[in-house]
Amino acid sequence: MSDHDKIYSTKFQDKIERSTVLMFVLVAIAVAIGGIVEIVPLFYLDRTMTHLSPDVRGKVDSKEISPVVWQRETGQSLDDWKPGDGVRPYKPLELAGREVYIREGCYLCHSQMIRPFRDEKDRYGHYSVSSESMYDHPFQWGSKRTGPDLARVGGKYSDEWHRRHLKYPREVVPESVMPNYFFLDDRKVDVARVKKTMEVMNAMPFYPANYTEADIQSAANAGGKTEMDAVIAYLQSLGNHIKFTEGVNYRD
Amino acid sequence: MNAAQATPVKYDMEVVRWFSIAAVIYLVVGTLLGVWIAAELAWPSLNFIPEIAFGRLRPLHTNAVIFAFGGCTLMATGYYMVQRTGATRLWSNGLAWFTFWGWNLVIVLAVITLPLGITQGKEYAELEWPIDILIAIVWLAFGLNHIMTVAIRKTSHIYVSNWFIMSMIVMITYLHVVNSLAIPVSLATSYSIYSGVQDAMVQWWWGHNAVGFYLTAGFLGIMYYFVPKQAGRPIFSYRLSVLHFWALTFGYVWLGSHHLQYTALPDWTGSLGAAVSLAMIIPSWGGAINGMMTLSGAWDRLRTDYILRFLVVALAFYAMSTFEGPVMSLKTVNALSHYTDWTIGHVHSGALGWVAMVAIGALYHMVKKLWNTEMYSDSLVNVHFWLSTIGTVVYIVAMWVSGIMQGLMWRDYDEYGTLTYTFVESVFAMHPYYAMRAIGGLIFHLGTLVMLYNVVMTVRQASAARGAAAVPAQA
Repeated sequence: MSDHDKIYSTKFQDKIERSTVLMFVLVAIAVAIGGIVEIVPLFYLDRTMTHLSPDVRGKVDSKEISPVVWQRETGQSLDDWKPGDGVRPYKPLELAGREVYIREGCYLCHSQMIRPFRDEKDRYGHYSVSSESMYDHPFQWGSKRTGPDLARVGGKYSDEWHRRHLKYPREVVPESVMPNYFFLDDRKVDVARVKKTMEVMNAMPFYPANYTEADIQSAANAGGKTEMDAVIAYLQSLGNHIKFTEGVNYRD
Repeated sequence: MNAAQATPVKYDMEVVRWFSIAAVIYLVVGTLLGVWIAAELAWPSLNFIPEIAFGRLRPLHTNAVIFAFGGCTLMATGYYMVQRTGATRLWSNGLAWFTFWGWNLVIVLAVITLPLGITQGKEYAELEWPIDILIAIVWLAFGLNHIMTVAIRKTSHIYVSNWFIMSMIVMITYLHVVNSLAIPVSLATSYSIYSGVQDAMVQWWWGHNAVGFYLTAGFLGIMYYFVPKQAGRPIFSYRLSVLHFWALTFGYVWLGSHHLQYTALPDWTGSLGAAVSLAMIIPSWGGAINGMMTLSGAWDRLRTDYILRFLVVALAFYAMSTFEGPVMSLKTVNALSHYTDWTIGHVHSGALGWVAMVAIGALYHMVKKLWNTEMYSDSLVNVHFWLSTIGTVVYIVAMWVSGIMQGLMWRDYDEYGTLTYTFVESVFAMHPYYAMRAIGGLIFHLGTLVMLYNVVMTVRQASAARGAAAVPAQA
């Protein structure tokens, strides 16, 4: 018996090691399973999304708590939405600001995901729930807090504060390590691009924005605005969509 | 292997040489970018212009070290090992050259687009959709070439390194295709088809397995070839390698969700990820032990063989970070460590300590074989070894201290029941550690410059020797 014929493990393992096809197929199966088990159910299990979760939905239906997702009536424009009405798609100017937020890599230093801890509640507000980021393609939860969480920064500071802070952060917060974004003041929002982005958000296979033609046309109002205006509009829109009721469990 | 020794095979090594040199250059560039962005966090006035601000350069740093340095190393070693372990030439030398130029085109496009802010905004998958398509084509060409070369091998069994490379090829294809699905707005902008919680899970399935398969399985393949070669001893345990391989291949895929503990991701997903993470200590340490024990009986060689030092220290860092990772995936620890610099430190103990060190060892080994020469200077290899080791240790210690301090400051309450520190006080407290991290990174970076110099001189010396040898033949 030559060295090559001797089996050092099991017959099956030996067979795999002699066959490129068998090894390829078995590897392809082995590496697929974990992802399928962890990802696929998130697309169909109701409890994944706050607004679809049975407990929360029951409480919303019985008017015990405010809606989680905005139920828009026909004829209503995005401007008819009020804070607390529930999660809504971004308005055109906010969408333009969000593009700048992603372009500048803000998510690399700022999270948008508040965890259910006492200190995070005191510092940032109510813990985040899944439905709040349902219109976020891609998600902006982040993974690092070099700067503070921004999930509920909307309404916390004035537009003027944001403008000064974004331009030269250290003029407002001397210890900050954030880069200066003064150049956003000189760049104009591209309306055609915003409209196209809204169409793309409508075409999404998961959680499309369902913008109406009127919504898309209203992007014209962003004409003449700067990228600075857009980022501020985006930041001011974060975190006040849902009116949370104390003592209700919004996460399963 | 006996048949191979009887009739010497001529291998396709020119493409391996080019990939190896490219890897060394990208290591220098990638670590320089790292030092620069580390310095920007310590001294924010360095963010001179938008194109080099932290938010734009950080993706370039990660792409440079993962895809440029890591990718060129994997393709260099992949093409090298698959020929030598199969005693055959490449299935297609032409396709190998296509992957070389294609991959470098991807890197050039990354260098142009990322500083301009052209990004999909998904961590470690920032490149825009046209580049994503190019990556897929080049990757599949590499995969096809590798697997077909395995198929035409002259040896009876597929060597263990090639199992790991094969699992990497398959998994990275799945990950890249699924995670990158997006709808374009223009040539330079697109938005992921996933949103919110589902996108978070898909993203970290990608993020963790880019680490798990690209930077772990691929580099374990490197370890299984170059450690026994450099030590001149067979792998400690064949059976351990079988167990280690299948457990890792099946299990690593489940870990992504541990990046999302306490977020809006359902609890079951995060807990499942943490449970499998804990279990992964066993196969990870199986690999580390298998590599370490390969040296039994040859430990004395560490005194003189500086290349072997890189490989062994890499295994030590591998064992350490594969223990630290599961610990950090536990909810109690994660509650403190998440969002802090501890994560950055953990990544770098893996990336500098394990991935870069094992790659550097393999590259030195290959340079000697590929140019059929000794290193220009062995003592410079030793200098590089110490710079790498000290740089890595300084870096991760700085991040441990700053990460744990951050986590503790954020959750601290005073006697009146109010938060003790404002957020910006924690930022201010980080300054010395950010400076220390930049210094650690700089030390590591200096080592890569020493390597580049040494490799260039070695190649020149080899070419000169060949030229000198050729003269008498012509006379």
